[in-house]
Amino acid sequence: MTIRRHHDMGGLDAGAVEQTEHDYAIWEKRVDAIVKVLSTPERKILSTDELRRGIEELGPGVYDNLNYYERWISSATNLLLEKGVITVDELGAKMADVEARWQKDRDTGS
Amino acid sequence: MSHDDHDHSHGHDHSHDEPHPYQPDIEDAPFTERMVMAQAVAELIVEKGIVSTDEMRAQIEFMDTREPALGAKLVARTWLDPEFKARVLTDVKAASAELGIDIGDIPIQAIENTEDVHNVVVCTLCSCYPRMLIGLPPDWYKSRAYRSRTIKEPRKVLEDFGTTIPDNVEVRVHDSTADLRYVVLPARPAGTDDWNEERLTDLVTRDSMIGVSLAKSPETA
Repeated sequence: MTIRRHHDMGGLDAGAVEQTEHDYAIWEKRVDAIVKVLSTPERKILSTDELRRGIEELGPGVYDNLNYYERWISSATNLLLEKGVITVDELGAKMADVEARWQKDRDTGS
Repeated sequence: MSHDDHDHSHGHDHSHDEPHPYQPDIEDAPFTERMVMAQAVAELIVEKGIVSTDEMRAQIEFMDTREPALGAKLVARTWLDPEFKARVLTDVKAASAELGIDIGDIPIQAIENTEDVHNVVVCTLCSCYPRMLIGLPPDWYKSRAYRSRTIKEPRKVLEDFGTTIPDNVEVRVHDSTADLRYVVLPARPAGTDDWNEERLTDLVTRDSMIGVSLAKSPETA
């Protein structure tokens, strides 16, 4: 029996390929841009391999419950925390700030 | 960042033939925790002076320019110019540069469909894709079904796309990696002998460059 991690799915049985697609939303494009600008040769704060390692380490449950760019931002954020580029406190405060702003926008219908 | 920065852009600046809806789970929920996280990280890296808002915007705009039309132009040129095709098969980056297309630093290998061989591309481990040449991948390319089955039963997967490859044609599957991506050069459709490059380009679809379909035939173009 082959021991595999959950992302290593090549050759397994699965259902029909459903030809789904969607136009990328701006938040998805932003996640893509965050990773790319942090991976430039001048910065090298993130690498493709690190991003993938981080995605694979999300674990089977999280991996399957998140959509594609949700996995990317989860991995990228974990890497930034791991490398000390941002701190947990900064992230928590900023997320609360963003959420409060967006919630206010929703409530006021703007 | 402006207050409406998280709003969805409903512009259809996509590159394929039909408009597609956003994923329902995103459409229904105004925002998710990961969307908040993405915005927070974007603001933090700007506030820390690591990147500028202009660079972020420029990067998003740059990726919007990456679309299948770039790859289609390359393929159509290979149909018209055998010497160019030879250069594409040797060095996609240099050949693309001849057309003014910068594919960046991650190597792309071109693989040619012939009378005897049909090629199809997958990334079983993740989602590696020649994005600099044909844009961001469709959702199904990243799906469990496509990633799992393509290396095991490629002909059946191609059938899911309505593509039947005759038994006397070998099907080769190429599993992409982070360091090497593939683009398929579909075969030139019959009945296009007197066609110019512009018309030929319209026959080259994204899916034909992934290898799940053939180039469009003149009748369906």
